Amino acid sequence: MLLEMSHLRKEYPNGKMAVDDFNLEVGRGEFICFIGTSGSGKTTTMRMINRMLHQTSGTIKINGHDIAKMDPVKLRRSIGYVIQNIGLMPHMTIQENIELVPKLLGWSKEKRAQQAHKMIALAQLPDEMLERYPGELSGGQQQRIGVVRALAADQEIILMDEPFGALDPITRESLQDLVKHLQEDLGKTFIFVTHDMDEALSLATRVVIMSQGKQVQVDTPENILRHPANEFVTNLIGEERLIRAQPNILTVSQIMKRHPATIQPEQTLADAIDTMHERRVDTLLVTDQDQKLVGYLDIDDVSRKTDVQTPVKQLMNHEVSYVQAKALIGDSVQRLLKLGVKNIPVVNQEKQLVGIVTRTSLVDIVYDALRGAPATDEQPASPINVDIHAAANHEGSADA
Amino acid sequence: MKDLNLINQLTYYFTHNGLYVLQQFNRTFLMAIYGVLLGAIVGIPIGIWISQHRKLSPAVIGIANVIQTVPSLAMLSILMLGLGLGENTVIVTVFLYSLLPIIKNTYTGMLSVNPHVLDAGKGMGMTRWQVLTTIRIPLSLAVMIAGIRNALVVGIGITVIGSFIGAGGLGDIIIRGTNATNGGAIILAGALPTALMAIITDLVLSFVEKRLTPKTSSAR
Repeated sequence: MLLEMSHLRKEYPNGKMAVDDFNLEVGRGEFICFIGTSGSGKTTTMRMINRMLHQTSGTIKINGHDIAKMDPVKLRRSIGYVIQNIGLMPHMTIQENIELVPKLLGWSKEKRAQQAHKMIALAQLPDEMLERYPGELSGGQQQRIGVVRALAADQEIILMDEPFGALDPITRESLQDLVKHLQEDLGKTFIFVTHDMDEALSLATRVVIMSQGKQVQVDTPENILRHPANEFVTNLIGEERLIRAQPNILTVSQIMKRHPATIQPEQTLADAIDTMHERRVDTLLVTDQDQKLVGYLDIDDVSRKTDVQTPVKQLMNHEVSYVQAKALIGDSVQRLLKLGVKNIPVVNQEKQLVGIVTRTSLVDIVYDALRGAPATDEQPASPINVDIHAAANHEGSADA
Repeated sequence: MKDLNLINQLTYYFTHNGLYVLQQFNRTFLMAIYGVLLGAIVGIPIGIWISQHRKLSPAVIGIANVIQTVPSLAMLSILMLGLGLGENTVIVTVFLYSLLPIIKNTYTGMLSVNPHVLDAGKGMGMTRWQVLTTIRIPLSLAVMIAGIRNALVVGIGITVIGSFIGAGGLGDIIIRGTNATNGGAIILAGALPTALMAIITDLVLSFVEKRLTPKTSSAR
């Protein structure tokens, strides 16, 4: 493990508990996002890693070495550090800024200059910019410099404290691409503090959700969207984001209609027509004694025959397409729509019929995903939202 | 002499006593400079020190403020009791008066440095000393110079008054003028160079201040 934090606790003299029993192991090349409301201890935790703050108790190890036993100045030179307010030295040129840590480490002038050129290229900025002063660059360009400055001495771990918080959305996105590239292609490890959930979900390999100094949930973005640990996480993620993520987190069983109209193969056509009339449907699903799906019977097949005593099994279509109850909607929706059927039966692992998905329920999902959450004053909440909350509250709710 | 008007009298004085005026000018200027230089040598470190120990700042600045409130003539007389007549007393007085602007400006300058820049410097692994010498001082140098500039202008005024305790300088010429009947021209002969000195030092130091303002733009 590159970075191990165990039982970290930070208590201020006034008794305020900033961080309480924080545990995390970070592997090489991971992108960890700390997210939480203000005062949740995320920045405090991050600042303990380069000893800008000292923990009350607990240990932090980098490559197995306890950082409390290291020289803080040397430690900080080995860890990249980017802050929200950029923190470029206003009286130094861009080149001098980039060369700051290499200079502290005593690199030769040539090596430093070489590194500065390499870094400005990495930041995707023109070489001439090295001569300029930070005040002459736009906010986005300054933060690009801030990011590459943190890598200039080949630091392995880079700490970032809400680095893009003050930037406009477009600039922020391009900078997110930059850091993602640095992590994926250069294998740098990032500890990234943010309060922007979209940023955390799109960048992180793992998200650490914090509240009042405690870790609420530590997991991959997908798992957090799929199974928010509690209501706090659900609220933090936000209903709209959960709905937009629905096709990837909702399973078919959560949107299907239960108790579809069925008939047994041994029953007669007369029974079938009665059932259709009673349930007001044009298709019956045929199931055997074990509730296994064996085929379907369409109204078209029925009308061609006159003998109402014919058993269903002689008329039914054996070729029936179905979906698994556990399948994600996102994975199945494309297939469903391509088949061009009005509805599709849902089966469990034993191929027993458990429900049916109609095209209209798919339309609801697509609508919500594209148009966002329904306005809050539209009460009561749509059934979809109820499902979402059900999904959020039950772990492993995928079972039919 | 009576027939000449003020301007003519003045030029007459300068042409006949030019070298003497220059000597006194020099004397006044050096006394002021020495006083302020001492003030800077003591005041700047104090200013830096209290910016790092901010609890001490009200006490230190308070003391400097009290010194400033004593009228300069009174201060000269009090110090004269201990240090005797002569230029040393004047230099010490100028030194005491220059403490407040220098300490205060150093302190404000140090505190005006953007805390995020300091945080970044520390977070990147600079020692306290490196943060002080490569970030704090360069970024607050201009404000410090402004304090020295203030101190020097005040110091020149005090030096002139210092003539009363036998320090010589341009003040001597002014006093001679006030004692003479119709001495307007002589007063001017002392006062004009004094004013000129104050204005010129102010201009020169404002130029220095601008030069020392850290470059934040390549367009210059």
